[in-house]
Amino acid sequence: MSTTAQNSSSIPVEKKKRKYYLIPTYIAVIFYIIFLGFPFIWMLSTSFKTPYELLQLHHSIIPDGLYWQNYADIIHKRGLINSAKNSLVIALMTAGLTTIFTVPAAYAIARLRKIFSGLATGWILISQVFPVSLVVIPLFMSVRRLGLLDTIWGLVLVYLVASLPFALWMLKGYVSSIPVDLEEAGAMDGATSLQILKNIVFPLLIPGIVATALFTFLNSWNEFFFALVLIQSPENETLPLTLARFMGSEGQVLLGPLAAGAFLATIPSLLIFGIMQRKLASGLLAGAVKG
Amino acid sequence: MSKVAVKEVKLKKAKASGKAKMYNRGAWVYALPAFIPLLLLSVVPLSQAVWTAFTDSVAGFHVKVSFIGLDNFRRLLGDTLFWQSFKIGITWALSVTFLSLFLGFGLALLLNQKLRFLGLMRVLSLVPWAMPPVIVAIMWNLLLRPQSGPITELFTFLHIPGAKTDWLGDFNTAFPTVVLIGAWVGMPVITVSILAALQGIPTEMIEAAVIDGANALQRFRFITVPAVRAITSALVALNIIWNFSSFGLVYVLTAGGPGGKTFVPALFAYNEAFKYGNFGYAASMGVVMALAIIGMLTIYLKASKREDSQR
Repeated sequence: MSTTAQNSSSIPVEKKKRKYYLIPTYIAVIFYIIFLGFPFIWMLSTSFKTPYELLQLHHSIIPDGLYWQNYADIIHKRGLINSAKNSLVIALMTAGLTTIFTVPAAYAIARLRKIFSGLATGWILISQVFPVSLVVIPLFMSVRRLGLLDTIWGLVLVYLVASLPFALWMLKGYVSSIPVDLEEAGAMDGATSLQILKNIVFPLLIPGIVATALFTFLNSWNEFFFALVLIQSPENETLPLTLARFMGSEGQVLLGPLAAGAFLATIPSLLIFGIMQRKLASGLLAGAVKG
Repeated sequence: MSKVAVKEVKLKKAKASGKAKMYNRGAWVYALPAFIPLLLLSVVPLSQAVWTAFTDSVAGFHVKVSFIGLDNFRRLLGDTLFWQSFKIGITWALSVTFLSLFLGFGLALLLNQKLRFLGLMRVLSLVPWAMPPVIVAIMWNLLLRPQSGPITELFTFLHIPGAKTDWLGDFNTAFPTVVLIGAWVGMPVITVSILAALQGIPTEMIEAAVIDGANALQRFRFITVPAVRAITSALVALNIIWNFSSFGLVYVLTAGGPGGKTFVPALFAYNEAFKYGNFGYAASMGVVMALAIIGMLTIYLKASKREDSQR
């Protein structure tokens, strides 16, 4: 009895203390907000500054006005539209093809006998360990043999190889989360396996497919290394390549347009993240937790 | 329910599971085509990659490629420049992983509390993840410009010694700076995943602990840590893999400089293959990197397993 009394009296004391206890917490919050947000905000602000403003010794985070010329400059003069188009085509093709190839395989891995799924899962994990700088060599040679070097299609092929294992892993997690009972119920009612797939599994899998496709799209949109190796001519460049080249050669001089281009290249990713938010992480790790 | 009905249900169930089994047994025939893309697009190229490491393959068309056994690896053993880069790679992978784990874990703990600015922080915490690595590199490059960048200005304003340092160009600061930016990039995945695990802790459990007189530290030790243990192991393993072979960020930030201080092995292998054209030799570096990753993971997973069994 006496312990209960002691405990119940200690709760309000802790509540009173709360406010002081929160001070370091808010300091940490502010630190994180600055650390995470400032670089992005600063880039956005730079993209609206005039060249004169950028030469000033003291910078303010709020630009004097909205100087759209930076955007016009990077879009019209620097071939950014063409690179963006290439990136978009490549990312869409990769996401589409990856989805087409992974849905049946993910289903098979999640539902099949242990030997098959064990082999496939083992392979997926092993393939994650290979560094891209190793994988790129045979891919480069294959793409060259196919005559696809320095083309968009060659890059799509390579991205397919790169994204297949992880997409499979992600999707497998989603398939496992669909109860087998549902399929058995379907079989009991006399549905053929194709009908079961079409009418039971597929509709339930759509959120997972969307998440996997968006994730693949994003990875291809952001990818840099393979593009650097496989693409040579400026008209086939992807967005990250163009911006990186821009940074190296003349970026220091043309801060405003560079920041504008960088911001534009981030927009699709921000949109996708807006759509997916936390679902992305749970999907990413679904495969890990469910094994 | 009458006995007959129960029997009927049982019978139906038995039939159903029989049918389901049958349908599963047949399924692997349908599933085989599903594995063909995986075989062609993943197993074949990766096996080729490993094979290349044992050949004298070089860039250029119509060059005869022959099997040379372990020659590449023997040559690699004596390549001090590679091992220097290798050491940098391991330091880089481990420091980025654990720094982003530390920062991400802290952020997840904050986001799990009832605070102001939570919405803003949730959005912000995803921004680094959403940004293409090249853009991240460009952005930080602009921020860290030695003469007129805002960070120089801020540090000068705060009278921090060494404010005018060229953070990415200085021998002593280049590596830590790149690590910090790497952690900035790596934080979101960690934060979001740990936050999900934290939110899975039932509130009753924490309330019960409070009633039982557990202080904040004890609650952290006995409720929070066990709840996130599994996800943390997975995250550390994945991040070690990703970071050890990461390329884009460092390539654009420093291109390996100054003086090779940030020359990660991915950069080294890239140069070997596509600057000097030594495909076979570069592939052997890749194989060594893959082995190193496997080694690090084995050590880490064993250590975390031992810790688990001790508890």
